[in-house]
Amino acid sequence: MSNGTPAGTPPVAKPANRSKDATVSSVVEASSPVQGPNNIIAPTEMLGSQAIVRSLEELGVKDVFGLPGGAIMPTYDSLMDSTKINHILVRHEQGSGHAAQGYAMVTGEVGVCIATSGPGATNLVTSIADAHMDSVPMVAITGQVHSAFIGSDAFQEADIVGITMPITKHSFLVTKAEDIPRMLASAFYIASTGRPGPVLVDITKDAQQSKMMFSWPPKIDLPGYKTVVRGHNKQVREAAKLIAASSKPVFYVGGGVIKGHASAELKAFAELVGAPVVTTLQARGAFPDSHDLHVGMPGMHGSVSAVTALQQADLLITLGARFDDRVTGVLHTFAPNAKVIHADIDPAEISKNRTADIPIVGSVKEIIPELTEACRARFEEDGTPDLTDWWSTIRRLRETYPIGFTPTQDGLSAPQNVIQRIGELTGPEAVYVAGVGQHQMWAAQFIKYERPHAWLNSGGLGTMGYSVPAAMGAKVGNPDRVVWAIDGDGCFQMTNQELATCVINNIPIKVAIINNSSLGMVRQWQTLFYDSRYSNTDLNTGHGTARVPDFVKLADAYGCVGLRCERDEDIDDTIKAALAINDRPVIIDFVVSRDSMVWPMVPTGVSNDQIQIARGMTPEWEEED
Amino acid sequence: MARHTLSVLVEDVPGVLTRVAGLFARRAFNINSLAVGPTEVSGISRITVVVDAEGDLLEQVTKQLNKLINVIKIVELMPEASVQRDHILVKVRADAATRLQVTQAADLFRASVVDVSTDSVIIEATGNADKLNALLAVLEPFGIREIVQAGTLAVGRGSKSMSDRALRSVSA
Repeated sequence: MSNGTPAGTPPVAKPANRSKDATVSSVVEASSPVQGPNNIIAPTEMLGSQAIVRSLEELGVKDVFGLPGGAIMPTYDSLMDSTKINHILVRHEQGSGHAAQGYAMVTGEVGVCIATSGPGATNLVTSIADAHMDSVPMVAITGQVHSAFIGSDAFQEADIVGITMPITKHSFLVTKAEDIPRMLASAFYIASTGRPGPVLVDITKDAQQSKMMFSWPPKIDLPGYKTVVRGHNKQVREAAKLIAASSKPVFYVGGGVIKGHASAELKAFAELVGAPVVTTLQARGAFPDSHDLHVGMPGMHGSVSAVTALQQADLLITLGARFDDRVTGVLHTFAPNAKVIHADIDPAEISKNRTADIPIVGSVKEIIPELTEACRARFEEDGTPDLTDWWSTIRRLRETYPIGFTPTQDGLSAPQNVIQRIGELTGPEAVYVAGVGQHQMWAAQFIKYERPHAWLNSGGLGTMGYSVPAAMGAKVGNPDRVVWAIDGDGCFQMTNQELATCVINNIPIKVAIINNSSLGMVRQWQTLFYDSRYSNTDLNTGHGTARVPDFVKLADAYGCVGLRCERDEDIDDTIKAALAINDRPVIIDFVVSRDSMVWPMVPTGVSNDQIQIARGMTPEWEEED
Repeated sequence: MARHTLSVLVEDVPGVLTRVAGLFARRAFNINSLAVGPTEVSGISRITVVVDAEGDLLEQVTKQLNKLINVIKIVELMPEASVQRDHILVKVRADAATRLQVTQAADLFRASVVDVSTDSVIIEATGNADKLNALLAVLEPFGIREIVQAGTLAVGRGSKSMSDRALRSVSA
């Protein structure tokens, strides 16, 4: 601090010495804010570029994704000498960002991507925005032009710190070599603690080229950065009181439970209370789908039971969720009779969209056990709440309106069936990574998720093209797991260049292209809301079209195995054939009907009570008794 | 909507003002005035921002500001418990015939004349927005050539120091 007093050591940090497939543990352990083993390194002279590589090594980084260019070349030169860091050369910087996200999502570690200045950095923007919306811990390192040239419109100059300011948790512009270790350690600390998010570290070429004295660990000084971890005792007790008094409680579980590694804690809590659990798109797998308390995914394409449970609840036990518009529908009609307990690590999420009756700021990893204990004590006094009537309503809905699909009219396969069979034949230990659109919703609906970190998708930003590179990153992070990219024919064409990266670096992902020859979700909306006027949604990749590109030939050109499946009777065999190949990526062109739609659906602009199970069909509601 | 005055202590690092201003822009919060300057502690700047927001929105403004890594502390300064001042420089047309009337008007508002030329004067005034608007209304008939106004400055009454307390909690 500038007033001469030492700054307090920030209280939480994460260890980085886990093996790739080890159970992902809490981010709220350990004592030093500097990630990694905190080796003591006496001052040693080196170049800034060497300090970047050395800092990453000391931070425990094992894998990074990137692509070199002029302003980051010194760092790539130093990277060549590292025996600890595995650098994976991508074909487009956006791919490096999504790969870092996929890596972070399955390992719980900070994902790292590297790009050069200007266009390299701007190509990262989409992935950074995606990581920001979905709270993914990521550090993006970019080269910047020589500090003397900043502001002169120099070759490949872009103000990437300025460009990414609204879409990063924080960013650093490093112009002095001696600042490199501290700023990188700070970036990792910020990215991984509190509500995780992307941090950009933009390093000028002269900072990389200058000599500096490297020592470790650096001192992190962030006087304005504090994260609250433990819940407020009084609030926790008040929450327990509400839970004990509730007759229609619902656990509204968001992605924070996965990011906070609190699935086991959630299970114990939910079983104590015995209330229905809904898992949002970002929380699929936070609670096992097979569990009797699970009633589905809420939201625009959620199950009737999950959507209705929230609408009719008298209490929402909200854990690491943010009342996103895709979940709430028209906000003032959402769960109109419910009181709200809202636990989240980000205080700004609480009462942002829906006012919380009981706000609890902290890590769900800490709060959920606190709530469990408080409820247990309360139930011993007042008795466990009787939810029999509530469950009979919910069970009736769950049994009457399960997630399902109708046969197609055109003789082509139903996309839902393809996705369901992939899930059934591969099982819950695999990792499933979707793009954005119909196939994403079907993958959320029809694959059974039994564990956290098994389902990755671009939820907040809705980035088409996320799937292939994110699956690549996930496979690097979890090399022993089967990793499926469930992709659309539109999405796939946005980032399929990373197949080259997968082949060259032996990253054998499996890609299921759910090929309906169109931008399917947009087409669905055109069918429903634009009088079936199909403006610019035909991609000509499917049955009876020019098939440009031919996905099987494209797979072949990249050195992948390419398979095509056009008949229902071939679905299982094709999936099994793909599962048997582990030395190369496999691309399957599943040619499916373009008329299949995602149901149920809550159209935009209406209350969740208007959920439709098929076009123009709303469920029959039981008379309120 | 009601106006609220927030004092924001920030690390004096490059880009901090952009971060604060950018946050207001992208979250569609309205800024009425913004003033920034160094404090008695080196390395710490203080931003005084007057916002049009209340209730949940005001809470969102402060929570979002608090998420910025470089923001150290935020307090809302209530009008009754703080001194709040605007600062203005006005160039007014004033020749030999009208100069006396103009300077007398300035005197009535305890404003000072800080520059005189043959056909104009510059008047410097401080005060709250109402007082300065009244002054401008009086000067208007003479012909206002230019107005320069700074953002509102505000400090809590009494002996307590915002930065002192903020830094103590940081180093505790």
